[in-house]
Amino acid sequence: MAKHTLTPRQYLILGLVAVCAPLGDTCLSRGMTHMPAISLSHPGALIAAVFTPWIASGIALLIGFFASYLTALSWADLTFVLPATAFGNVIVALLSRFWLHETISLERWAGILLITLGVGFVAQGPSLTEHPAPEPEREEVEVP
Amino acid sequence: MTLPFSTFQPGVWMATAMISAVVLSSTTGEVLTAAAMKSLGDLDVIRARSGLKGAIRAVLTCPLFFAGVFFLALAFFSLLFALNHLNLSLVAPASASLTLVTNAIAGKIFLKENVDRRRWAAAVFVCVGVYLLAH
Repeated sequence: MAKHTLTPRQYLILGLVAVCAPLGDTCLSRGMTHMPAISLSHPGALIAAVFTPWIASGIALLIGFFASYLTALSWADLTFVLPATAFGNVIVALLSRFWLHETISLERWAGILLITLGVGFVAQGPSLTEHPAPEPEREEVEVP
Repeated sequence: MTLPFSTFQPGVWMATAMISAVVLSSTTGEVLTAAAMKSLGDLDVIRARSGLKGAIRAVLTCPLFFAGVFFLALAFFSLLFALNHLNLSLVAPASASLTLVTNAIAGKIFLKENVDRRRWAAAVFVCVGVYLLAH
């Protein structure tokens, strides 16, 4: 396997993959919990919810996540990109600990440590598997 | 006597089937999307050559991409269905962590990715880590 090193721009895209998804989910969750209960008999309320600041921010962040994720998949292996998406869970847990001052159980600290180790393992290796280019077909020359 | 739908309590096999449906459809979607992106080539290069519109057009004219999105949507609705019958504390960690392992297997078989010992270890570490974090 050839060594594929990432450019700072590509690390930035992986960072966006890790950050945008959990932040988007958090925005959606916060927006929806602050809304009055929506019933299926009034679907207009659901459409109106899309234009509230928290929900709109959540959707924008999730679109950003999907665009970054697709870009990352175009130059890196799936098995390289996926641990980066999981690292978003660690970011959310650390934000909840140090920003929201929530308590994190020992079990969760163990989870954070394992994900960080896993992402570290993958990041040390190559980002893309080299597939050998198919050999061009040789034209057979008929000898008279 | 028939029970109302909301009081239906799924057994172990039913719960396994629901979580398996989420994991399998999600893995299929991820693999198809990854294959679509690989077939297009580096999106940064396409964007530099044809602009953002050119990159978006390249993605939206790839049939494999839509096949991937279809399975990802299927995974989403399977997840909603599973959440309707099972506890979030079971479905979320189980599906999120198992998907990492099935993606590593599918990446090796279908995308011919070189999943070496380092990547296997990472898949298992992240799988257990996500389970501990989300449980």
